[in-house]
Amino acid sequence: MSSVRLFFVGGLTSYRALFYWLSPTIYIPSLLIAPVFQILLFAYIGRSAGLASDKFYVTGNALQYAAIPCLFAMSQLVSGERFQNTLSAILVSPANRIPLFFGRALPVMGNAAFVSAFSFTAGCLILGVHVPAGSIPGIAVVIAVAALSCTGLGLINAAVSLRVRENAVLSNVIFGFLLIFTGANVPLASLPGWMSAVSGGLPFTHAIKAGRRLADGAAFGSVTGLLATELAIGLAFLVVGYALLRFFEWQGRKHATLERA
Amino acid sequence: MRTLRLLALGWLFHFKMIMRSAFDGVGQVIYPLFFATVAFFVFRAGDSPRTLLYASLGAAVMGMWSATSTTAGSAMQRERWQGTLEALVATPAPFSLILLPVTIAMATIGIYSLVATLLWGRFLFGIQLHVVHPLLFAAAIPVTVLSFGALGFLFAVCFVRFRAAWALGNMFEYPVWLVCGFLVPLSFFPSWVPPISWALAPTWGMNAIRQAALGGGPLDDLGMCLLLGAAYITLGIIVTDRVLDSARKRAALSLT
Repeated sequence: MSSVRLFFVGGLTSYRALFYWLSPTIYIPSLLIAPVFQILLFAYIGRSAGLASDKFYVTGNALQYAAIPCLFAMSQLVSGERFQNTLSAILVSPANRIPLFFGRALPVMGNAAFVSAFSFTAGCLILGVHVPAGSIPGIAVVIAVAALSCTGLGLINAAVSLRVRENAVLSNVIFGFLLIFTGANVPLASLPGWMSAVSGGLPFTHAIKAGRRLADGAAFGSVTGLLATELAIGLAFLVVGYALLRFFEWQGRKHATLERA
Repeated sequence: MRTLRLLALGWLFHFKMIMRSAFDGVGQVIYPLFFATVAFFVFRAGDSPRTLLYASLGAAVMGMWSATSTTAGSAMQRERWQGTLEALVATPAPFSLILLPVTIAMATIGIYSLVATLLWGRFLFGIQLHVVHPLLFAAAIPVTVLSFGALGFLFAVCFVRFRAAWALGNMFEYPVWLVCGFLVPLSFFPSWVPPISWALAPTWGMNAIRQAALGGGPLDDLGMCLLLGAAYITLGIIVTDRVLDSARKRAALSLT
């Protein structure tokens, strides 16, 4: 029972306490306005370069921007404890680590899905992109799976934040890699072979592909394979992230370096 | 002469500080390279008559703006967090002369970004840069940096009342990239957008750099860049004086 409470109540409390972007003065410009302008920027670059339709960029960027809340929130939820001098208290507690860390990931996922859905809707409305009404529930599922998948990467980022002081730079760098490799703006066929190969193992790649097919009117059944792959990638990243967190916790205890980055 | 010395030393001091910051010095140079890479791939895969060199120059100036927008937005707030704002305001020198070199130093970091992006394009994408007017190109860069710094200065003083000024500065990164013609010609936008672009010095700075590199007459653009930069500084000084006056009256200088 205490693990369930820790997962839901502890996770939400930590999220509200440590993810300082929830303040409207940061949330609105960074998580509502910026993604819309990212969509507009790439949609117009696409028009200027004569590469792909607006729908291509709206779907790709709306999904890919979920990386910002996932990466920044997860790193703040772990490294924030250190900055507030509460990391030792958390790690010395007998609390089960799975609900402790995964409980924090749940609100991150919810927020990332919201940011993505908002960006997609705003992008479609501003650029006049038409999406079949029947595809909308399917796209909602794609957004949820993409958010979960990137939260896995966020957990790895959070673990690394226990060792890297500049987690904002690290998060931006990961975001940049995702921007190039996931096919959000460049068709995977136009990327060099090794880049396409790497993209197959990253969050968002399959979700973006599925989202684009659904936005073009494909049936949900035709993208379940892509979604299953995206889900598997997300779960793999979550497991690796958790393992890294436990490893760095052990390292921190062994070398008395918990408070040092 | 004392004013020039203050500006020069302020610039040098802050430039050195920024260079040692992982976020401002390293991050702001690397981050635009990701966008530049996407732009190179998009233009290479597309069927536009605009060349990769066009994209390379645009992406390079994008980096200059990145180095300025987020950090300049919070330049005054940073002094407040570090506890140095009161001391700086209390000095006999006008506060504007202390703040202006800070934002110009931030914009100067953009030169690293510009060079990095051009080299990135050269070595990874084979984009050759043949500058038609080398002297004008060399002149266009510092003028553009100054105008970016001036716009950053205006941001810094306008956002001072916002606790999360960095987020506002960050919010303006994409819009300026978009409407200032870095990668998209202004003719692609609805008719109400170009007047906004013309009021922004980065539009003219971008034009000047592109004209100097690809051929054309960049002098008019450079003139507009300087004019708008001077206007931003004048406006920034007026706003600074009012903000400081208000903060003194309310004893709210150190409040966030």
